[in-house]
Amino acid sequence: MKFSKSALLGSVVGVALLSTSAFAAGVHPETGEKLADDQTFTYRILDEHSSFDPQINEDVSGASMARNLFEGLYNQDNLGNLVPGVALSHTVSDDRQTYTFKLRDNAKWSDGNPVTAGDFVYAWRRLASPELASPYQWYAALMSVKNADEIIKGEMKPEELGIKAIDDHTLEVQLTRPLPYFTAMTTHSSTFPSPEWAIEAHGSEWTRPENIVSNGAYKLAKSVPQEISVLERNTQYWDNENTIIDKVEVLVINDENVALTRYLAGEMDLTDAPAGQFPRLQKEYPDQAVVFPRLCSYYYTFNQRPSGPEEFKDVRVRKALSYALDRRVITDAVLQAGQFPAYTFTPAVTAGFEVPKVDFSGWSQRERDAKAKELLKAAGFTKDNPLEFDLVYNTDEGHKKVAIAMTQMWKQKLDVKVNMSNMEWKTFLNERKNGNFELARGAWCGDYNEASTFLDLMETESGYNDGKFSNAEVDQLLSEAKSMINPQPNYTRIEEIMANEMPVIPIYHYTEDYMMNPRLKNWPIKNAEQNWYAKNLYKVAK
Amino acid sequence: MLSYILRRVAIAVPTLLLLVVISFLLMHAAPGGPFTSERPLPPAVLANIEAKYGLNNPIYVQIINYIGGIITHFDFGPSFKYKDQSVNDIIAHGFPVTLTYGFLSFLVAVIVGGALGIAAALKQNSWLDYFAVGVSIGAQVLPNFVMAPILVLVFTLWLGWLPGGGWNGGQWNYLILPIIALSTSYMASVARLTRSSMLEVLHTNFIRTAMAKGLPYRVIIFKHALKPALLPIMSYLGPAFVSMITGSVIIDLYFSTGGIGQFYVNSALNRDYAVMMGITILIGGLTILFNLIVDVLYAWIDPKIRY
Repeated sequence: MKFSKSALLGSVVGVALLSTSAFAAGVHPETGEKLADDQTFTYRILDEHSSFDPQINEDVSGASMARNLFEGLYNQDNLGNLVPGVALSHTVSDDRQTYTFKLRDNAKWSDGNPVTAGDFVYAWRRLASPELASPYQWYAALMSVKNADEIIKGEMKPEELGIKAIDDHTLEVQLTRPLPYFTAMTTHSSTFPSPEWAIEAHGSEWTRPENIVSNGAYKLAKSVPQEISVLERNTQYWDNENTIIDKVEVLVINDENVALTRYLAGEMDLTDAPAGQFPRLQKEYPDQAVVFPRLCSYYYTFNQRPSGPEEFKDVRVRKALSYALDRRVITDAVLQAGQFPAYTFTPAVTAGFEVPKVDFSGWSQRERDAKAKELLKAAGFTKDNPLEFDLVYNTDEGHKKVAIAMTQMWKQKLDVKVNMSNMEWKTFLNERKNGNFELARGAWCGDYNEASTFLDLMETESGYNDGKFSNAEVDQLLSEAKSMINPQPNYTRIEEIMANEMPVIPIYHYTEDYMMNPRLKNWPIKNAEQNWYAKNLYKVAK
Repeated sequence: MLSYILRRVAIAVPTLLLLVVISFLLMHAAPGGPFTSERPLPPAVLANIEAKYGLNNPIYVQIINYIGGIITHFDFGPSFKYKDQSVNDIIAHGFPVTLTYGFLSFLVAVIVGGALGIAAALKQNSWLDYFAVGVSIGAQVLPNFVMAPILVLVFTLWLGWLPGGGWNGGQWNYLILPIIALSTSYMASVARLTRSSMLEVLHTNFIRTAMAKGLPYRVIIFKHALKPALLPIMSYLGPAFVSMITGSVIIDLYFSTGGIGQFYVNSALNRDYAVMMGITILIGGLTILFNLIVDVLYAWIDPKIRY
């Protein structure tokens, strides 16, 4: 092969500028679509995220940021399946308690240092250490990493955590018990590696743009609190060549209506559709209003503590209230953004979860209403002796609408008298946690894509079980499920018990409603966790 | 005069201290805490976090440590919510932003409002007067949370002239909408106050005397009438100035300026104790300072006032 001098020079420059030149002129290598010249992806977040530090961050928007700045053992593809990140593959020991990850040898930090197994060891110890006191410390324990519980309690040193670097590219993790979804949990941002040298050098200021070292597809170029963060291509990233988006701009806009206006003015590619406006937006901008299922449940929980109301200790009352709610009306008439009526606690979109046919989900609303009347009557409540209780939700227009619809249905169908009240968020959480409520709103989004992230809430000792529902069989089934290869039968049984005991009233499963620039492509609509990676996105030309 | 100022400064210190203690206690009395969340933390994790931030100490120890930190290191503590930043960082970044748009809005409010007010008073019951009164009433009833979205709708979405939000280091085109939104209602108040106070002064005997003496109109207005007319406006402008430069939640919220107003409200909702305290102290201190400045200015404007 013959090269002219200039061509050779060109190719050298080309390698150096690969980031910008590879796709600039061109078309998408797989789909053949013509790419836009400007590959800047701009999206809106509600509030400044808590931290750029992957071990410290605690919010969803910060986790997205971390996924773009850092890369963990595994990533998710557009369907939520695991694909190699820093880890290429892993093996599991016979007792299913030791995982050995093979790490790629071409992964680099933005300062050129190689990404090694030691960086993961450092990060995971950091995550569990009482000294850092990460709000996600418990995640290390949730992953069942050996000694995590003891380290969190201060009984052991972080160095004793069950993770070690066999060599630079081999990482071994020891668990306290087999955990079928352990590898899926490694896509969580708190498990991402962190650069010890940068953290040692700059302390808590290591996440400033001038100090930060990251191993993801992007590096932090600018961060102005409560205004904007800018991410630019990390040219050291191992897959930089196949990354199309050059720049990611994250705008903090507290008000969703302002965000929508700015979206419509062309200032960004993605924003949430404001509550209640989705039907209109879908009509006016059919190519931009997108909706897809999320891994979240909206429910109301009965207080079943000894101190709670006597009425709710009667399962007939709990069932009657649940049956009488026409969830279709709530999703289709009140919320109108494609939400799914819920008859089980776990959303259908959860990976590997088959929605069990619980009895009342198959009935018609007329049948449910009839059954509800019958049950409430049997429980001794009539028009002359009506059931009366307090309902509380956290202050929000959307929650208010749902609560009004619910109380109206109960009043019309069952002559139930409900006293509604709302509270500011933190006060609400405090009251609910302390059991100062009768019927309280709740919502839960999965921490990982597996049914146990929902059903664990029903465990007697769960810190999230504010209604203090307790069922020995559920506890037993949950504990067994933790180490089963196929726990579906247990999950089915738990949902059946829940339909029978009705500790909570499942109302709907959430959807995500976005306004999205139609030129933005490859958004993982089918990833229920909405774990998106800017490196997989691209923008096409007009 | 100097002894008066010194006395006022001496009173300011215990006032601020009282403000700190009361706010601190009130804030801790609010239900929930910085680490109350939908996913309650396991007790061991919560204990670690509280130990890290010293929240496990008795409240009087926390107050002493807090005040001690400010006095010895000028350290206002960490943010519990925005963990990459300290309160000093937040104020150092947010306050200049707020100060910029607040001060410019103040200038606009005073200049435009003052001019409208004076013009209206001088031409009382003329079309100019009705116009000025109309504008100021209109501006007064249009609160900034209504103004802001309308401005964005018109200038960003329809006309496409100005960015709908952001700060961009204070670039001029990012400043216009926030300033209009913030200054409008203040401008209206200044206009109405100036008008009524000017009218009052114009009907006093010494102005009548000046007229009778045949002094030029210009001299009467600017040399004799304006100064005493300023007095009631001054007592309005002092607090208004502080509230403008310490930020407007609405402006920060709608225009994503990154100013401290937004941090202030978020900190209360997030129970981000140190941020809330830091901004409270800043606003408290500025309020005390500007009240003092206004009082000193009184003496300069009105020879009848002596300290």
